[in-house]
Amino acid sequence: MPSGALTASYIAASILFILSLGGLSHQEKARRGNVYGIVGMAIAIFATIASDQVSNLGVIIVMMLIGGTIGAVVAVRVQMTQMPQLVAILHSFVGLAAVLVGFATYVDPTMHFEGVEATIHNVEIYLGVLIGAVTFTGSVIAFGKLQGVIMSKPLLLPARHWINLAAGLACIWLGSWFLDAESAGTGVMVLTIMTLIAFAFGVHMVMAIGGADMPVVISMLNSYSGWAAAATGFMLSNDLLIITGALVGSSGAILSYIMCRAMNRRFVSVIMGGFGTTTGGGSSTEAGEVQATTAEEVAEMLKSAKEVVIVPGYGMAVAQAQHTVSDVTQRLRDAGVKVRFGIHPVAGRMPGHMNVLLAEARVPYDIVLEMDEINADLDRTDVVLIIGANDIVNPSAQEDPDSPIAGMPVLEVWRAGTVVVSKRSMATGYAGVDNPLFYKDNTRMLFGDARESVESILACLI
Amino acid sequence: MQIGIPKEIHPDESRVATTPNVAKQLVELGYEVSVETGAGALASFNDEDYKQSGAGIVADCRQLWESSDIILKVRAPEFNSQLDIHEAELLAPGKILISFIWPGQNPELMDQMRATGATVMAMDAVPRISRAQKLDALSSMSNVSGYRAVIEAGYCFGRFFTGQVTAAGKVPPAKVLIIGAGVAGLAAIGTAHALGAIVRAFDTRAEVKEQIESMGAEFLELDYEEEGGGAGGYAKEMSPAFIAAEMDLFMAQAKDVDIIITTALIPGKAAPRLITADMVEAMKTGSVIVDLAAEQGGNCELTKPGEVIQHDGVTIVGYSDLPSRLPAQSSQLYATNLRHLLTELTPNKDGQPEVHMEDDVIRGVTVIRDGEVTWPPDPPIPIAAIPKPQKLQSPAPVSEVKKPSGYVSLALLAVGVVLILSLGTVAPPSFMAHFTVFVLACFIGWQVIWNVTPALHTPLMSVTNAISGIIVIGALLQVGADSVSVMFLAAVSILIATVNVAGGFLVTQRMLKMFRK
Repeated sequence: MPSGALTASYIAASILFILSLGGLSHQEKARRGNVYGIVGMAIAIFATIASDQVSNLGVIIVMMLIGGTIGAVVAVRVQMTQMPQLVAILHSFVGLAAVLVGFATYVDPTMHFEGVEATIHNVEIYLGVLIGAVTFTGSVIAFGKLQGVIMSKPLLLPARHWINLAAGLACIWLGSWFLDAESAGTGVMVLTIMTLIAFAFGVHMVMAIGGADMPVVISMLNSYSGWAAAATGFMLSNDLLIITGALVGSSGAILSYIMCRAMNRRFVSVIMGGFGTTTGGGSSTEAGEVQATTAEEVAEMLKSAKEVVIVPGYGMAVAQAQHTVSDVTQRLRDAGVKVRFGIHPVAGRMPGHMNVLLAEARVPYDIVLEMDEINADLDRTDVVLIIGANDIVNPSAQEDPDSPIAGMPVLEVWRAGTVVVSKRSMATGYAGVDNPLFYKDNTRMLFGDARESVESILACLI
Repeated sequence: MQIGIPKEIHPDESRVATTPNVAKQLVELGYEVSVETGAGALASFNDEDYKQSGAGIVADCRQLWESSDIILKVRAPEFNSQLDIHEAELLAPGKILISFIWPGQNPELMDQMRATGATVMAMDAVPRISRAQKLDALSSMSNVSGYRAVIEAGYCFGRFFTGQVTAAGKVPPAKVLIIGAGVAGLAAIGTAHALGAIVRAFDTRAEVKEQIESMGAEFLELDYEEEGGGAGGYAKEMSPAFIAAEMDLFMAQAKDVDIIITTALIPGKAAPRLITADMVEAMKTGSVIVDLAAEQGGNCELTKPGEVIQHDGVTIVGYSDLPSRLPAQSSQLYATNLRHLLTELTPNKDGQPEVHMEDDVIRGVTVIRDGEVTWPPDPPIPIAAIPKPQKLQSPAPVSEVKKPSGYVSLALLAVGVVLILSLGTVAPPSFMAHFTVFVLACFIGWQVIWNVTPALHTPLMSVTNAISGIIVIGALLQVGADSVSVMFLAAVSILIATVNVAGGFLVTQRMLKMFRK
C-alpha cells in the first residue's frame, strides 16, 4: 500500500474515533458510536499491516489471535459490578505496551537521528516509557484494590510526599544522563533504572489513595494511558497515535476534573492521598436517636407514596442488589408510583458506575437522573430510599462549614417527606464524618445487608 | 403477666384500648391478653377477631380487673354503675393502669388511685421528645379530631367543598378558616384541602407558617410583632394589643369564609375566646363553625359543649368526643401508641414490665408509682419541639474549587504561547508538525468529551480504553525488525494491546446494549 493511502486511512480512522466519542453524548446514538470506533480501529490496523513498513505477518496474526481471544472472553464473562476492575486492568495493558514499544524503539538500530532530532527523539522515548510505567503499576494496584486483593484503605508511609519528590527528582536526573548516554548499553541501563523507579512510584501513588477516591484514580489512569499512547506516537512520528492519545488523554482529564468537582476537592489533594484519615470523627458529633424501621413498614410507605426517589451508592454494588432494586422499581411503577433514581457523580468506584449497574438490571435510563436534575424535585418527593450511600447524602456538606466534606455537592434527600436509609450499621462513610441525616425526624434506618433488605421489601410488595 | 382490656363505660365512648392486630403484638411481647366481651364492638372489632389473634375473652368485668396485672383503658377511671364500684377501687398494689388520666384536672381521682398502691401511667403525660413520638397518644387523637372536624363541618354545610363548573352552572369552592395549627389544625387543613376547599389558617406562632403552607393552606399574617411560642411547642397567651389585632383579622375573615374550625388551646388554661357573637352574626347564613376546644370552654363564645346549635343561621358544632366518632381509626392509633409504650416497658420481651424511672419517657408517663404520686415530673423533661432559632442559611462552601480568574487564565495562555514559541525555535519542523496535530487533537477531545452524558461515563472509559489500544500500531511497525529483542518486545506489545482493543470494544458494546428506555 502506498504511503499516501496509509495516511488517508489514518485520517479516516481519526475521524471515526472522534465520531465514536461524540456518539456517547446520548444513549440512543451510543451504540453507533461504538461501531464507528470498531471500524476506525479495523481500518487503522489493516492499513498498517498492508503497508510496506510491516513484515513478519505470521507473528502478528498469532499474537493478535491470542490477544483478541483473551479480550473477547474477558469482555463476555465480566460482571457489570466488576467493570471498574476491568477498566483498570485494561489501562495497565496500555501502559505496559507503551513501555515495551519505548524500549523496542530505543534499541531498534534502524531508527537513527542526529543532533536536535536525536535529543527530541530520546526525550519522547523517555517520557513515553515514564508515563507508561506509572500507568502500568498504578493500574495494577487500582485493579488489586477494586478486586479486593489489596486493602482498599490508603497506605500512608511516613514522609510519603518526600518519597514522591525524591522519585521525581531521580527521574529528571536520570533523564539528563539518558540524553547524554554515549552507548546504547548505558542508555538501556538508565532507561531500565528509571522504569523501575516509575513502577515503584505508580505503586506508591495508588496505594496511598482510598477506595472512594477510585473514580478519580481510574479517570486519571485513563488519561495517563492516553498520554502514553500520544508519547509513543511522537517517538514513532505517527499522527494517528498522537491524535488518539490526545483524545483519550483529554477525555480522562475531563473525567478527573468532573469527579474532583463532585467531591469539591482539588485534584492534587486526591492524588496526594490519605483523605479521611487525618480528620477523624469530624466536628459534628451530634449524637441523637435514630429511628429503626422494618422492611414491611418501608414497603407500606413506598406503596402509598406518589413519588419515590432511589439513591444508590457503592453499597448496592457490593451487595449486588441492583436486580432486586430493579424488581422493586418495576413493581412500584406497575402500581402507579413514580419512581426515579438520583445518581451522584462519584457514587460507586468509577464514573457512571451506578448507571451501568442499573442499566444491566434493566432499569430504563430515562428514570435515572443526575444529581442536579433530581435535587430540585426532592421537595415534592414522598419517600427517598437510600441504598448503601452515605457521604453523598450528608447534610453537613451544606450546613457545617467545619466539616471535612463542606462544600461538596450532595443530594438534598432530607427535604423529602420520608428518608429511608438501608445501611449495614451506623458506621461512618468514607470521609469518616458522622451523618446528621440519620438523626433527622423524617429519617428511618433499615439496618442490614442491602440485598437482603431490598429483597424483604420486594417480598412485602408482592 | 396478664394484660386486661375492659369495655369503656363512659357514655358514648366507642373506642377500645386495643385492636386484634395489636393484641397479637402484645402476645408476642410475652403477655397474656384478656379482653372483656364486647369491648371492641362499637369500634367494629368483634370478640372472634380478638380470639383469633390469641387474646382471651372474659365475660365478667370485675374478674377481668382482678386477674389482670396491667389494665389498658382509653378514658380515666370512673364510677361503674353496673358493678356499683369506682374503677379506681379495682386497682391494687402491683397493678399498672395505663390510660388517659389528666392528673392536673382530676386531683380527686389521683388521690383515690394513689391510695390503692398501684402504678398509673397517663398517656396524656407523654413527654414531647422525638423518641416518644411513637407513643404520643394526644397527637394521634388530635389528628383524628382534625379530620373529623372537617367531616362534621361538611355534614352541616349545605354545599360542595370543591369548586366545579357544571352544565348547571358554576359552583364556587368553599372557604375554610382554621385557627390554631397544632396537630389537629394541620390535620384539618390537610383534609379540607384534599376535599377541594380554599383553606386559610392562622396561628400565633410564626414558625408554623411553613407547616401550614406545606399542608396546602394560606397562612394569614398579622402586622404585629410578637412571638407566640411557649414551652413545649404549645402556644402561650398573647398581649391585649396583639389580641385586638387578631380580633380584627377574624372579623374580616368571618364575613368572607364559609367554615371556621377552631383548635386553639393553651395548656392548663381555659380556651381563648376568639370568635365572638358579633363575628358569628357577621357570617353568611348556612356557615358552619366547629369548635374543637369545646371541652375547655370553647374558642367561640356561643359554643355549647357536646351539642350542635344554630345561631342566626350559623351552625356551631361543639362535640367534645370527635375521636370517639371515628372509633376504629382512633382505637387503632391509640392501641399502637400503647403497644409502643409496652415495648419500651418490656425490653426483654418476656411479659415482665420494668418501670425504669431513669428513662425520660417512662418517667414522664408515670404519674403514680406504687402508691406514690410522681406528677408533675421534677425536673421537667426536656422538650424537643421548641422552635429552633432560625439558622442562617450559610452558603459556606469554604473550600470551593477556585475557578481560575480571567487574569490567571490569560497569564497561563501567555506562558503557553511563550513555551510553544521557544520550542518552535529549537525543534525541527517535523516535530512541530506532529505537535500541531497533538494540540489540535487535545482541543477536539476537550470539546467532544464535555458533551458526553454522565450516565455513559463508564462506557466512555471502556471505549477510550479500546481506542488507546491503537498503540498496537507502534508495535506492528516494529515487529518486522531484524533484532530479535525488538521483535520480541513488539510481539508482546501486539498481544496485550489486542487484548485491549478486543476487550474494550466488546465490553462497551455489551454495556451499551443494556441501556434501554
